[in-house]
Amino acid sequence: MDWMVRVEQLSKEFTLHTQGGIHLRVLEGFDLTVGAGELVLLRGPSGAGKSTLLRLLYGNYRAKGGAIWVRHGGHLVDMVSAGPQLVLDVRRRTMGYVSQFLRVIPRVPALRIVMEPLRALGVAEEEARQKAARLLDQLRVPERLWGLSPTTFSGGEQQRINLARSFIATPPVMLLDEPTASLDPVNRQLVVDLINQTRQAGAAMVAIAHDGALLDTPVTRIVEMHSYQGAIVANDLPQSCP
Amino acid sequence: MQAPSPILEVTGLTRYYGRRVGCEAVQFTLWPGEVLGIVGESGSGKTTLLNCVSGRLEPSGGTVLYHSRWGLVDLYQTPEANRRLLMRTEIGLVRQSAREGLRMRVSAGANIGENLMANGQRCYGRIREQALSWLERVEIDPERIDDLPTSFSGGMLQRLQIARNLVTQPRIVFMDEPTSGLDVSVQAKLLDLLRCLVSELDLSVVLVTHDLAVARLLANRLLVMRRGQVIESGLTDQVLDDPQHPYTQLLVSSILQN
Repeated sequence: MDWMVRVEQLSKEFTLHTQGGIHLRVLEGFDLTVGAGELVLLRGPSGAGKSTLLRLLYGNYRAKGGAIWVRHGGHLVDMVSAGPQLVLDVRRRTMGYVSQFLRVIPRVPALRIVMEPLRALGVAEEEARQKAARLLDQLRVPERLWGLSPTTFSGGEQQRINLARSFIATPPVMLLDEPTASLDPVNRQLVVDLINQTRQAGAAMVAIAHDGALLDTPVTRIVEMHSYQGAIVANDLPQSCP
Repeated sequence: MQAPSPILEVTGLTRYYGRRVGCEAVQFTLWPGEVLGIVGESGSGKTTLLNCVSGRLEPSGGTVLYHSRWGLVDLYQTPEANRRLLMRTEIGLVRQSAREGLRMRVSAGANIGENLMANGQRCYGRIREQALSWLERVEIDPERIDDLPTSFSGGMLQRLQIARNLVTQPRIVFMDEPTSGLDVSVQAKLLDLLRCLVSELDLSVVLVTHDLAVARLLANRLLVMRRGQVIESGLTDQVLDDPQHPYTQLLVSSILQN
């Protein structure tokens, strides 16, 4: 199997200078390999470090030690030691991240927000627009909303704009932080279908989903993360959905 | 990834005011198409740094290397005439107070056209045409072209200042708190406009702001300054979401979350 992401001995701690300088060890000696076409589900109680891991993978948090190898074009990039320009390039071409919240400039219409990742890759305006429209259609965001800024949208609508923006450029690695959290069952199924479709097309995916939405999908692996006296122990379990 | 050459290389940049430190040993590289944010509290040296790297304030030490259209220029070693030419043609400066960046006693059109004339354009018709098209681009009614800026609102003045700066197609634009002093709805509009222009014109930008929300929306990368020194740098989201330095943590935790 071709792996897309390989995490080796990753560790992360936070020092909270504004709160008495306490140290929080969140990850220690963490290993994980994700192959093309795999969907790895992270599980564990709140505070176990699941979101922290996703953010480290995306280069959003800075690791204390270890390596995060990502296949980027024809090269291997270590997200831990890569410089800012390289991290941005990995994000542009290789790695997508669906955050829990949508953060946008208030005035920009939804359709343009969704088009943006394609435009950044140099895709022509019209082609980007059509692709965005198709995706918004697939996620059943009503067309009357496309020209409006998502700041006034409902939670579920915002979440789908967020998803559409992250999926439009079909990056080969996708990180999903609660992608279905604020959705009703119908819309949740739409998103689960989109995730499956992308995975089957060969994307490597790491996801957090407390709501169990992804459990009925062909998850390749579940990784349990436990908070253990401030440090994290992680097991790779074989596919066995409880 | 092939690395393009940077557009600006700043090393060891220091500026003293007598015995007081303006900025000290600042080092950074600006890449084409990049927006670099400089954040920090009032008096931390942001504006001093901006003035030094934009050719307006001679530093006490250090170098500012600028990769211009016609070659590598050491901004403070090159003859004054060269530096002025660069500042007129390739470097823009958007000031915090639009009134300082504009000439308030000449019309909006003249404010835009003036820089074209300074660059050698002489055809009145073509200059007016460009002024009209720029007014439209920054969303000012072209019918206002002959009005004095004194009749403009704060948001319009700031947009006019941006048009005045961008009409000569600079490659690098320095912005000092471009959105402060504007009400929130106008700020959003201006931010959107700036972002579009930056990507359309492939501008490189150094943006000084104390507003971390503005920094998050506009900047790719951040420098955090305190007492004249850069204490932390990194991608904008890294610095704001996982700040390392005690001061940056304090700065980030002081924002009211919405």
